[in-house]
Amino acid sequence: MFKSLRVRASQGTQYITDLRKAVPLGFRGRPRISAAPCHEDCDACVKSCPTHAVALDPVRIDLGKCVFCAECVEACPADKIAFTSETRMGGAARESLTVVEGQERIDPVETSAKLRSMFGRSLRLRQVSAGGCNGCELELNAVANVNFDVQRFGIDWVASPRHADALVLSGPLTKNMAEAVRLAWEAMPDPRFVIAFGACTISGGLYQDAAALDRTFLNEVGPALYVPGCPPHPLTFVSAILDLLGIRAS
Amino acid sequence: MTSARVHTFVPAEMPARSADQWRSAVLDVVLAGGRVVTLFGRPDDSANGVVVTAALETVAHELVVLRGSVDRARGYHALTAEHPAFHCFERELHEQHAVRIAGHPWLKPIRFESGDRAQRDAYPFYEIKGKEVHEVAVGPIHAGVIEPGSFRFMCLGEQVHHLEIHLGYQHRGVEALLLARDPRTLAPLVETIAGDSTIAHTWAYAAAVEALADVELADEIDVARAVMLELERVAMHLSGLAGLAADVGFLQGASTYGRLRTTAINTSMRLCGSRFGRGAIRPAGLGARLEDRPDLASTAGAAITTTDLRRNLELLTEDVAIINECFLTARTVQHRLQGVGVVGAPLAREIGLVGLVARASGVEHDLRSSGGGVYDRHPLETCVERDGDCWARAHVRVREIDRSLAWIGGVVDTCPKWTRARGAVGALAADRLVIARTEGWRGEVVHALETDRNGDLLHYKVQDPSLRNWLGLALAVRDNDISDFPICNKSFDLSYCGNDL
Repeated sequence: MFKSLRVRASQGTQYITDLRKAVPLGFRGRPRISAAPCHEDCDACVKSCPTHAVALDPVRIDLGKCVFCAECVEACPADKIAFTSETRMGGAARESLTVVEGQERIDPVETSAKLRSMFGRSLRLRQVSAGGCNGCELELNAVANVNFDVQRFGIDWVASPRHADALVLSGPLTKNMAEAVRLAWEAMPDPRFVIAFGACTISGGLYQDAAALDRTFLNEVGPALYVPGCPPHPLTFVSAILDLLGIRAS
Repeated sequence: MTSARVHTFVPAEMPARSADQWRSAVLDVVLAGGRVVTLFGRPDDSANGVVVTAALETVAHELVVLRGSVDRARGYHALTAEHPAFHCFERELHEQHAVRIAGHPWLKPIRFESGDRAQRDAYPFYEIKGKEVHEVAVGPIHAGVIEPGSFRFMCLGEQVHHLEIHLGYQHRGVEALLLARDPRTLAPLVETIAGDSTIAHTWAYAAAVEALADVELADEIDVARAVMLELERVAMHLSGLAGLAADVGFLQGASTYGRLRTTAINTSMRLCGSRFGRGAIRPAGLGARLEDRPDLASTAGAAITTTDLRRNLELLTEDVAIINECFLTARTVQHRLQGVGVVGAPLAREIGLVGLVARASGVEHDLRSSGGGVYDRHPLETCVERDGDCWARAHVRVREIDRSLAWIGGVVDTCPKWTRARGAVGALAADRLVIARTEGWRGEVVHALETDRNGDLLHYKVQDPSLRNWLGLALAVRDNDISDFPICNKSFDLSYCGNDL
């Protein structure tokens, strides 16, 4: 009893009060591309990117592919690209994940009136990893820890897909998991939706050229929410899902 | 100078051995008390030939590499029959290169690389027949936010007679991708081989490339890598303890070890921008930054100072001790962990367990104990437990956390300033084989790179410690209650993707 109280005293208060305002110090998050002119005929950033996330005219980064390695920052002779500690990067549409040069505004994820009316007060998630490296899985576990405490919004993990409203996928979708992913989805009752978590799931990420993938499931069942990162920060996930469901902070 | 264990060989100068000569040379080393580090194959220039490579550690802790040529169809007689620690390597050799391995007791595919569902579904699991025996199949999707894998238990009532582990669901084709790009730019991919062991894998990769390109590494970069490796160990050991606490229903332990892990990974984030050490290591480079300043970094974007780092280390040291005291003295915890999932030292040696699992079974092996470099200047005592049960595996974690925290503090005192650096990496030496190893939090991580006569990468073999340790879990649960499987599994905490590649 006494030992337990000592633990409690050492613990203090751990939860982050306003998850939308929290800024993780030092985090390599959302990139910012300045409007400064490029060097002539330079495509160093494009060449340096291991996932083909960078494109030119205008310079832009597809966060659905970006693994935040910052090789483009090293490569760019004009210092156009910088990664900020901003975690808000989610999107309800695949096209909304692109950061363009000169763009300063960060749009929140568009609230879905339909999903809000169904899941705004209670959302149960079933996670399936299909080739994830355990980075995404650890961060998804973390959203329910004492710091991020996503249960305060009525959002929680469930063990069975039968009890789940949303399927949270991580990993690039391997051939060997294709059947299991489909079975999990088919076991979920309607209404249901898919959340694509991390660069691997959104685009194949570092594994987009791998032969051992089968991404037909994602092509058939389009995600309702995309959460970029490699792995995404728990705050990226939380703010995206709160926006999508129109849940106000704290 | 690198503190990773790196050995360079010139394959052309090695004696050419036939399959039989190679087999007996390998056996000579292990029967004299040596230890297999890795064994793998790659196709040679002919249609049916496979070059087999075995790296072995002799009793005198010397690394020897033995090469042989094997004809796929003719094959050779299994080493596993003489020394079970070879089982996973020969299974992989058979799966990847179709080498006939006569007399191998269990040539089950390691990861069903072909992606052929029919082959996977048709796989005949080991069966125990009997009226009272029943089977329990679990997975590939488990009841939690974890990676997929399948387990088939043969039980008599509640008691497990046998567990067969069925993996490969995470197979993404890492080794093929590693050959598809410039070998000097592979760091982002290597970081995701096992995303919870980013530093361990990326350090091994970088050290191998540096050896091939003859890079002279600044001491500061080497020290920073070693510190990041210990931070990764602290974070993942805390994660393991949190999982164990959750699985025995000790919720205060689960939440407290969990939030302490947050402090450890956020320290890593402040050093290199990622909670998982992404970007910290590049060949000839360092992506982490530490300022030697007496004050705390206050403004956003400012680099973490040694004062910040020490404050986090102190917080961790103090608060970990408080929860350890609560967790380890709780009778419910002792009751659930002690005597459960036992792997004795002889068995651990026989099947070639590595890392924290091996140390919990009394096998004194840790690459850092005689690693050279920073480990010479700042020795790290090896933490060994005798009992080989879940309790021992928890205890090794507890002790290694303490030791790593103290060690980081000592090292940072002597190397308090790290600057981001990106050195040039020239062409890779031709016709070389490099074997680089680090002691990740799970155990020995092995990366073997071979170049051809043009200095291009001919072969890249990755080995996560999980490849060797999964069999340990299967044997640990024998004669235990099936309800104790989750804590046995958590106490091993092995990587699915590191095995499946």
